[in-house]
Amino acid sequence: MTTTLLQVVVSGLLLGAVYALFSSGLSLIWGMMNVVNFAHGEFVMLGMYTAVVVWTALGGGPWASVPIAAILIATLGVLAYFLLVRHIMRGPMLAQILGTFGLALFLRYGALWVFGANFKTLPDDLVGHSFILGGIRFEGSRVLAGVVGLVVTVLLHLLLTRTSIGSRMLAVSEDATAAQLMGIRPQRMQALAWALAGAATGIAGALIATFFYTSPTVGETLAIVAFVTVALGGFGSVLGALVAGLLIGVVESLSAFLIGPVYKDVIVYAVFVLVLWFRPQGLMGTT
Amino acid sequence: MMTPRRLLQLAFVIVVLAYPIVTSGSPVWQRLGALVLLAAISASAWNIVGGYAGQVSVGHAVFFGIGAYAAVVAFVHLDLPPILGAPIGMLLSVAVAALVGVPTLRLSGHYFSMATIAVGELVRVLSSTSDWLGGAQGLGGPAMPRTVLDLSFVSAMPYYYIFLVVLVGVLGLTWWIERSRMGFYLRAIKDSERAARSLGVSAGRYKLHAYMLSAAFTSLAGSLYLCMFGFVDPESGFGILLSVKMVVMAALGGAGQLFGPLVGALILVPLEELSNSLLGGQGAGITFVVYGAIIVIIARFLPSGLLSLLERRPTVTKAEPPAAGSSASPASGHAD
Repeated sequence: MTTTLLQVVVSGLLLGAVYALFSSGLSLIWGMMNVVNFAHGEFVMLGMYTAVVVWTALGGGPWASVPIAAILIATLGVLAYFLLVRHIMRGPMLAQILGTFGLALFLRYGALWVFGANFKTLPDDLVGHSFILGGIRFEGSRVLAGVVGLVVTVLLHLLLTRTSIGSRMLAVSEDATAAQLMGIRPQRMQALAWALAGAATGIAGALIATFFYTSPTVGETLAIVAFVTVALGGFGSVLGALVAGLLIGVVESLSAFLIGPVYKDVIVYAVFVLVLWFRPQGLMGTT
Repeated sequence: MMTPRRLLQLAFVIVVLAYPIVTSGSPVWQRLGALVLLAAISASAWNIVGGYAGQVSVGHAVFFGIGAYAAVVAFVHLDLPPILGAPIGMLLSVAVAALVGVPTLRLSGHYFSMATIAVGELVRVLSSTSDWLGGAQGLGGPAMPRTVLDLSFVSAMPYYYIFLVVLVGVLGLTWWIERSRMGFYLRAIKDSERAARSLGVSAGRYKLHAYMLSAAFTSLAGSLYLCMFGFVDPESGFGILLSVKMVVMAALGGAGQLFGPLVGALILVPLEELSNSLLGGQGAGITFVVYGAIIVIIARFLPSGLLSLLERRPTVTKAEPPAAGSSASPASGHAD
């Protein structure tokens, strides 16, 4: 029993690290520009399809698909920023929400059109075989996803908090006009934020595809996971997203194990509602 | 002597009233008219909270589904005419709106939108696991009409007039709100919640009232849907695309304008029916690609909707913050 429970917790943590990675992208943009990207789940979905296409067309595993997905989704993010977000963020709230929401629909059903509705999966042994350590079974793909997710999230956190480029981005998020007077170009920093968020999301998507089914509508579920994670972690905080992502991963696999797989989403959504009730600023956020 | 404007209005009323009689030779056109009106009811209901109060709910299907399921449950479990479930559905929807609205309407609009998506998904998943609600298969209404109260007709004409009466009711209520103290406060809150609060408007309360009213009428639309279609399952009752349609119709015509949702429904419902009939099963996907593109274009170029093009008033341009972005300090996400 203890081993089984430990197994459940470990797979929850590994899953949570990937959640943390794609949620930190959403968190970064939200904190920096006060814009919620409602197409975030679709960015993850396209990262997943990148991995599927790289495998079926080129026979490449995650070593090829992760960097390709990072570049593709970062480009998508920058395009979305320059063509859409930059303009709607000055408009009314309705336009802000509709803009990225419309993008989400466009990408989701565009993917349905291009790739079809069928679920696609990558071969189980694409990332090495599973191994057993201390009575716990580790699947190669999940370990890779978890470790890379953790490392990239921490790197993103360090980039934002310990480097001069991070300070410049923070300056823009605090006061764009003042930052501009200090010789920082706000648009360039905001575009960079979209690029970083896109890269993180693309990497996460390519990793998830190695152990999860890929479908045009998968982004819907993943977007809600990202909303919950960011709300729990405190928006704008990558570190918060990391802690909250790990927590959500564990909660999800524990509830799937203890109550039943159907209810894991229900529990996660319930966590979201509870957070909004009792601690809307999140675990790491400030009021 | 009638002004041209009055004449135009009179002509419009006559066309609306005579439409099903003129098209009585063609069931397809008659049905299309009823569908436009039904869509306009739920989109107009959405407009109360999404347009007038500026709180963008992307989970209004919850209320639509509650209405549809309340009606079908009244038939299946209580052996009543489905429409008698409508008041229960409306009450339940108001209660759910209060439950969702109280914690989330205090926060900034983004939180509200995200919460409505999450609640929508939550209810959809729960409904598909409930045997009492027929699980993923859903439930069906009366196969054969027993009395006229079952509202089960072969022709679309009775539905057309029923929906028309309800739509006029919803629009009348909206019109009344627009001119009442509440409408005044809602506009103030939408313009600047902080300013409204500082003048003593209890913003949370008015937003909540708008949300609850909106929920009740969306639920009624759901019950009417069930009467016409006789069947509901988790996807057709609670699916996120239903919520999306309400938002898109209102935003295309003009959110926060009385006739905005009706104009949106007049354009989008025929478009959807056309693409579904031309493209068959494949159509639904492409319809939503088009929907997505339309939404993006409205948000980018026409944030006030099509009706704003007709306005003769000179548009007052607000002083804009510097190009680089609005007040993006992390704390501004919370309207305290």
